[in-house]
Amino acid sequence: MEIIPLGDSALIVRVREQFEDAPEETLDEVLRALQLLQKAEIPSVVEFAPAYTSVAVFFDPIVAARAGAVPGEAFDWLATRVRAAVAGVRDSGRTKRKASQLIGIPVCYDAEFAPDLDDVARHTQISTKQVVDLHSGCEYRVACIGFVPGFPFLAGLPEKLATPRRAIPRKEIPPGSVGIGGAQTGIYPLRSPGGWNLIGRTPVKLFDPQKDPPTLLRPGDRVRFRAIKREEFEALAQ
Amino acid sequence: MTAIVTRAGFLTSVQELGRTGFRQFGISTSGALDPFALRVANLLVGNDEGAAGLEITLGGLHLRFDDERMIAWCGGEFDVQIGSRALPAGHVAHLKAGDELKFGRAQIGCRCWVAISGGIDVPVVLGSRSTDLRANFGGFEGRALRDGDQLLLGEFRRSQTAATAGISSWTAPHDWARPATRNPILRFARGADSNRFNASTLQRLTMEVFAVSPDSDRMGVRFDGSEMKREDETDLISEAVAPGTIQVPPSGKPILLLGDCQTIGGYPKIAHVITVDLAVAAQLRAGDHVRFFEVPLADAHRLLSERERDLERFRIGISLLASDDSSCSHGPVGRSDNESGGAEGRRATGPWLQETS
Repeated sequence: MEIIPLGDSALIVRVREQFEDAPEETLDEVLRALQLLQKAEIPSVVEFAPAYTSVAVFFDPIVAARAGAVPGEAFDWLATRVRAAVAGVRDSGRTKRKASQLIGIPVCYDAEFAPDLDDVARHTQISTKQVVDLHSGCEYRVACIGFVPGFPFLAGLPEKLATPRRAIPRKEIPPGSVGIGGAQTGIYPLRSPGGWNLIGRTPVKLFDPQKDPPTLLRPGDRVRFRAIKREEFEALAQ
Repeated sequence: MTAIVTRAGFLTSVQELGRTGFRQFGISTSGALDPFALRVANLLVGNDEGAAGLEITLGGLHLRFDDERMIAWCGGEFDVQIGSRALPAGHVAHLKAGDELKFGRAQIGCRCWVAISGGIDVPVVLGSRSTDLRANFGGFEGRALRDGDQLLLGEFRRSQTAATAGISSWTAPHDWARPATRNPILRFARGADSNRFNASTLQRLTMEVFAVSPDSDRMGVRFDGSEMKREDETDLISEAVAPGTIQVPPSGKPILLLGDCQTIGGYPKIAHVITVDLAVAAQLRAGDHVRFFEVPLADAHRLLSERERDLERFRIGISLLASDDSSCSHGPVGRSDNESGGAEGRRATGPWLQETS
């Protein structure tokens, strides 16, 4: 484990170095570190940002100074407390992991919503039906939320489906679009630019600023895609 | 109770100190790109430091008021007029009903922040009144202002006029009110991924001059100039980034992230501009030339503490002047949270006022 500054108002706890060699264990460990840090209630800490192998800790150096940190030593002051809080992260027996929820997401893979499905099939040398079956036939985990509010980076894409991003990103992608980017899959919650290969669309809303929490998915959640017909898409979109 | 946007200008949005607590959902900080400037402007008009104001990019905003208000602004070099009166940065003006406030084009710098007594009364969304211009929520209908928009203003306390009348001769310190310069030096702390770059590349970061590209916005400032290539081109695992982070994409041209930046990034982080210098960074515009200078993290924290201590003095000074005015029973309200500038802080300084005045 490594703790390094991210500027003067945050630090990054790098829980592990690699993600791909053990995604499940790594994610569990990162989420445990997040829980331990939340529980520790370290003064001056404002919020956290978990992602793949790390948890970033954002803090207010002014509040840290008031809480006793000598201004020139605020980083060491915080790092010591962070290190103590996550000391037991490898000891999975003692830390109860909050059960991650399994969320089913209906996706319509019809050609109209899947402008790049043919490209993915061509690249992976299987039929479009096999792409859909593979994509909707396994379980994924949210490795982190980023890019835009509510965008889940999903780990667990069958290796067979990995397809490089498009050479030229699209300027505008419709909300709900499901894409494959390299070895990952994800969903664009908002109209935004993007370079992933679009293979379907969900009628489900992934981000709503009026809700608490504002996103459907959170880091660590398990996700399954369910292939739906156009009629069901329309009905759910109502 | 309203301000009418008679002209919206190039890009004007409702902002306050930013949205925190939602990074894990992918939600950016947003907020004033120079929160300190907005805090100072708010203090000058008797607001809470975190009241919602306006961020103006490149100028052109015209605002007409239908009741009396106190106004102050801080930021780049703009010509600001109220009728035939000029309103310089860091000064307070009293506007009467019907007055129009006009911002000209930015001469130096790029942005400024306007505080209006009472603040702008937009709904709090996810804990903040700031506009998220990328995800289109918060602020005024989740978007930049347009001609004809009517901004509802917060309750106007009579005491604010009285209070700020007392400080109308006061101005904010020059480097707080107008931090813009054409060729600034930005101080940075070592990047979280600086070990991914070789010594000569790191040296070039501090030896060379970088030109601000026109392709810059609230997400980040892009630079043209020397390319910061890595020897090892392997992808990094995405992790958190923050306003101030300087990341280097495969093109080798560094990007300095600002308040609307994504929460997570996969490009190596070569450096982090220190928080006190984000005020300068927020003023960068195409054609400006920037140099970078490395400082130890400890210096970044010391500078931040010093600035906060100076702001605390400024805040106390204003509250003393306000309470010195016998015509008002309530001084301007400081931050509503438990910062030391709150009610207790002011009470403690009361006797000092009597002894010295």
